Amino acid sequence: MLYALCFLLFMIGLYCAVVKKNMVKIVIGIVIMEYAVNLFLIMLGYRTGGQAPIVGQKDIAATGTELTNAFINSSVDPLPQALVLTAIVISLGSLALMISICIRTYEKYGTFDITEIRRLKG
Amino acid sequence: MNIPLPLFVVIPLIVAFLLPIIGSLGGKGKSASTLLANITVLVLLALSILSLGKSDVYQVGKWTIPLGINLVLDGLSVLMLVAVSVVSFAAMLFSVKYMEQYTAKPKYLSLFLLMVAGMNGVVLSGDIFNLFVFLEVASIASYALVGFGCEHEELEASFKYMVLGEIASIFVLFGVALVYGNTGMLNMAYISKSIQQNGMNPGLTFALGLFIAGFGLKAALVPFHAWLPDAHPSAPAPISAMLSGVLIKTLGVYALARIIFNVFGLSLPVAWILLALAMLSMTVGAFLAIGQRDIKRLMAYSSISQVGYIVLGIALGGLIMVKQQNIVLASLAILGGLFHLLNHSVYKSLLFLTSGSIESATGTRDMKKMGGLTQRLPLTRATCTIASASIVGIPPFSGFWSKLILVVAAVQAHFYWIAALIVFVSLCTLIMYLKLQRYVFLGDLPEKFKKIKEHRGTMLASMVFLAVLCVFMGLLVISPTLKAIVLDPAVRVLIGGLRYSKNIITISGM
Repeated sequence: MLYALCFLLFMIGLYCAVVKKNMVKIVIGIVIMEYAVNLFLIMLGYRTGGQAPIVGQKDIAATGTELTNAFINSSVDPLPQALVLTAIVISLGSLALMISICIRTYEKYGTFDITEIRRLKG
Repeated sequence: MNIPLPLFVVIPLIVAFLLPIIGSLGGKGKSASTLLANITVLVLLALSILSLGKSDVYQVGKWTIPLGINLVLDGLSVLMLVAVSVVSFAAMLFSVKYMEQYTAKPKYLSLFLLMVAGMNGVVLSGDIFNLFVFLEVASIASYALVGFGCEHEELEASFKYMVLGEIASIFVLFGVALVYGNTGMLNMAYISKSIQQNGMNPGLTFALGLFIAGFGLKAALVPFHAWLPDAHPSAPAPISAMLSGVLIKTLGVYALARIIFNVFGLSLPVAWILLALAMLSMTVGAFLAIGQRDIKRLMAYSSISQVGYIVLGIALGGLIMVKQQNIVLASLAILGGLFHLLNHSVYKSLLFLTSGSIESATGTRDMKKMGGLTQRLPLTRATCTIASASIVGIPPFSGFWSKLILVVAAVQAHFYWIAALIVFVSLCTLIMYLKLQRYVFLGDLPEKFKKIKEHRGTMLASMVFLAVLCVFMGLLVISPTLKAIVLDPAVRVLIGGLRYSKNIITISGM
């Protein structure tokens, strides 16, 4: 169910990026797509009622090297969170570049409407 | 001795961040940064040639796979590394003089090296998320470089490129997330192992579809090609050379081949989809190119058609492998595809560099306004003709050999219509480059171009360097020793297919 909603968010973003005529709205659509994918990654590792995957004294089993089953079964997968952090940084970089290109284009053309920004053809 | 693999990424990355600092030191700093950037690409070229024929796995930070990230050097990666280094060396040499007309040259050099670092990273990465990160590094640098002139057309092209490129990247990230969700792995070798054990499921099939769309967008295969004819002409000439020469191949074709052949494993529908995309790109690209008046736009459309050839070779090899189980023939087709990849990166970057030389001499890119430039730009003419002959496939230039191999492979596998199509598209290519030669170099010299001068020095040196390569690249298939060093290992990686994962896991000592 949640995954379907996440996919819906992705499709909304894609629709917005493809159909909208305003440059800023296209950028917003792309950002929505990015967030949908980030959300999806987080949900992959999430566990209802799970705990943070930080190993404390009580989580180490009696043998000394293994983790307790209780910890393994209840902790949240930390890897997607690391991935999402990286993905957010990357999307921040591209977002900054996109917005700056939008601003420069507005200075040149005086409009954000991509139907009017049409010097290239063919 | 093996060369430490991270050097390919770390050297350009460090220099990229140093350059703007050195460049801000004043007049001396600017030339120092140019020199440093040139030395960097030269070092990379030397390193990549030294690592020819080697294979290596490097585990970053000594974290063993599948926990850590690994870098993998095998035949295919080396081939791509050499292509990237050769083209970036020539383009950098060309930029020394050409980029004088723009301000902020150190920033340009810095972005250039970031792009090189990203591409090297994509090629070496053995980890699927790491591949995405490097893909984004290279792409973001290239978006900025396309819009570097900050004029009307450049900004428009850059925005268009950026929107489509970002959508492609998000598709790839979504694919990575799905793969992680279904296999619990991010390392390519282990993903492949898991898929072999548990088989495909709908989630993984969807991920494969997302990868084909994402990397197809980056490779500008028709119907994902809309951004390329705008983005490549708008960029400064050396950057067009980089984009057309290597960027679409490393981010698109290489990544696609790696994911499909080595990670997911080939299946009949996938091979047919790739083949269909390839043939569509070949024909549509060629038809659209013939009608162009803008010299760089013509070359950009022809890039789409040529990428079609490369993917055709690889897909045909895959198809033969799955359908007819004929390894020898499949190797031949893949050899043709990969050799065409190497050739195309050399002659297409040479063509874009000559277009840059023409543009900086005449100030226009419209072919109808030129004519008779042979008299004023004799050496540009010579190199451009060599590159055109090579792309059309006139013996003994390099393009002839790769197309010959493709035709032979298609005929022997009884795909006569594919062979016919290859020859037909070659004819279309001949028409477009004859048109280019006719309008630009032959005919009457317009009055206003009577006084223009050819740029000598580094610009010319880089063009001659690539032209010489164009002439002698045929040796790579004619001479058995060179073939065994450069091309055969790359072919073996793709033919080996799913054995990739076993090899990597054994080499890493797991």
